[in-house]
Amino acid sequence: MAKRVIFYLNQFFGGIGGEDKADFAPEFRAGEAVGPAVGIAGGAGDIEVVGTIICGDNFYGQNEDEAREFIAQTIKEQNPDILVAGPAFNAGRYGFACAGACQVANENGVIPVSGMYVENPGLEHCRAFSWVAATSDAAAKMRKALPLMANLVKKLAAGEEVTPDGDSYHAQGRRECILVEERGSTRAVKMLLARLNDEEFETELPMPTFDEVEPAPAIKDLSKATIALVTTGGVVPNGNPDRLQSASAQQWNKYDISQLDELKGEYYTVHGGFDPVYCNEKADRVVPLDMLRRLEKEGKIGKVHEIFYTTTGTGTAVANSEKFGIEIGKEIADAGVDGVLLTST
Amino acid sequence: MATITTISQSVGANRIVPTVAIPYPVGNPTLSEADEEAMRYEMVERACNALATEITESTQFE
Repeated sequence: MAKRVIFYLNQFFGGIGGEDKADFAPEFRAGEAVGPAVGIAGGAGDIEVVGTIICGDNFYGQNEDEAREFIAQTIKEQNPDILVAGPAFNAGRYGFACAGACQVANENGVIPVSGMYVENPGLEHCRAFSWVAATSDAAAKMRKALPLMANLVKKLAAGEEVTPDGDSYHAQGRRECILVEERGSTRAVKMLLARLNDEEFETELPMPTFDEVEPAPAIKDLSKATIALVTTGGVVPNGNPDRLQSASAQQWNKYDISQLDELKGEYYTVHGGFDPVYCNEKADRVVPLDMLRRLEKEGKIGKVHEIFYTTTGTGTAVANSEKFGIEIGKEIADAGVDGVLLTST
Repeated sequence: MATITTISQSVGANRIVPTVAIPYPVGNPTLSEADEEAMRYEMVERACNALATEITESTQFE
């Protein structure tokens, strides 16, 4: 039986209008593929078009709960197998809405498919559970985007296997167990030999790309500066009152250290990635409050910030780490801190 | 302040102070208490001075 496919578009691609119609409340066009959906449906083989949801980008942004409820309700009534949202290219609001539609689909057991440019902020909200075709940044490349999405719909509908490279979608970041002929050591040695011989080889563990950060300006007068302590070393008060994880941290914590001259005796580590003996003897070996306090007393720095921030850096997802960093950074900036000593184990 | 400074660099840290070892970045249990404290004081002071140093790219303060 043909798989049932439902589409999600914004007001522009849904043919309602431009920015002036961005408040357009969601509606469902039963049985109809609209705009880009026509191209996707046409290339997706044996599928049944259930219809198209059209929703203004501003409406979605400002009434997210209502918009999601509309999508959820339509899914319940129409019972699709696959939801196709976008392509959104690099459009931020549209990408965010497509990510939301994919999320609702996923929650309701519907396979989510979309198309976005790699830097679309919506991508991070849905890539883990959606098949998001890697499109260019602008709608001018619509003709290239639609076949990619159609291919994904076609294969997913048929239950065929897809891969990020072979089918041009953004990797979901999942690890899968697969069976291969050669064991790891053989593959690694072959890779090394290929590398030494300047031959092509493909890593099995691609490194994520990292950001470059513009250096912060120097502190003008250290003797007036407030310095904060932050660590990824899993250092917490004895007993770990907030139950910080020992690996794959889901949280960060903060503690008032304004009454302490050192961490020794009061703090220990719950970090599961290194031998804790030395830190547990004296946690200042990981978070040097004792010496920062001495510098404060000597007047070399103005003040040790009253609050100390901590998380566990082992196995912690990059996305979580970024989130923690942004949250902690905001608190510290709001508190008027001038500089941070971040210790890492 | 980290021991594997290549990781610090790869995640965009700009002022990097290389430290002693993963389980005790700013300590050294093989030293006497006085020597360990002197060493930690010097490292922390160096890190504070790094914060007060103008840089244009990721820099190690050794």
